[in-house]
Amino acid sequence: MSLRSPIGRVRGLGSAKEGVSHWWSQRMTAVALVPLTLWFVAAVTSHVGADHAEMVAWVGSPVTAGLFILLIAATFYHAYLGLQVVIEDYFHSEAAKVVILVLIKGACFVLALIGVLSVLTLLFEG
Amino acid sequence: MATTNRPLSPHLQVYRPQLTSVLSILHRGTGIALAVGTLLLIYWLAAAAGGSESFAQAQGLIGSWVGRLLLFGWTFALFYHLCNGVRHLFWDGGYGLELPDVYRSGWMVVAGSFALTVLSWLFGYFGGGL
Repeated sequence: MSLRSPIGRVRGLGSAKEGVSHWWSQRMTAVALVPLTLWFVAAVTSHVGADHAEMVAWVGSPVTAGLFILLIAATFYHAYLGLQVVIEDYFHSEAAKVVILVLIKGACFVLALIGVLSVLTLLFEG
Repeated sequence: MATTNRPLSPHLQVYRPQLTSVLSILHRGTGIALAVGTLLLIYWLAAAAGGSESFAQAQGLIGSWVGRLLLFGWTFALFYHLCNGVRHLFWDGGYGLELPDVYRSGWMVVAGSFALTVLSWLFGYFGGGL
């Protein structure tokens, strides 16, 4: 016998137990990544073959460094949300699913951290 | 047992590929490829932060023909995922869900991602690039 009321069972959970937050975060990071990606491609293609001094001068500006940090944050958040859905679709063993999700979340976090710290290093160098 | 005429889910080995299904799985495929490609982005930034020696090494690796080939693939994956992502955002808003519109936007995504890939490489070689 369940002590929960029908409204308590229905409210805000759904079958995935998380409501719309995953869906919404994925869309918000997608919207943010449209201008960030276009900036990234335009910026990188105009710095093809740059040497270290040019790279430091470029990323060393607060605007460039800030855009890079936003790009890194949005990219890894969006990548994790996307990879999570792929793994949930194709891994049917609960244990394997949880282990892989934790590993991927950790990898995304570590890579994002290295990226942000590298940008900050270049910012303070320039 | 009565034969019911329920819709079957697509059986991949015998199901004829269509623009809609191919573009759909390509969105997922390019998404995974781009997630792997972030390794190169972070390696490049970390090499730049590491100093001129490690950065020169990274630039050499990325500039090699294998590096350029990978980069070209990732450029296409990026633009495809970007264009088709915008298509998804329109669908989320409730626009373009009629079948003719879905095919029209699908071909627009294909043309757009090829055009943007070629344009950005031309710009990289002949534009602001060295």
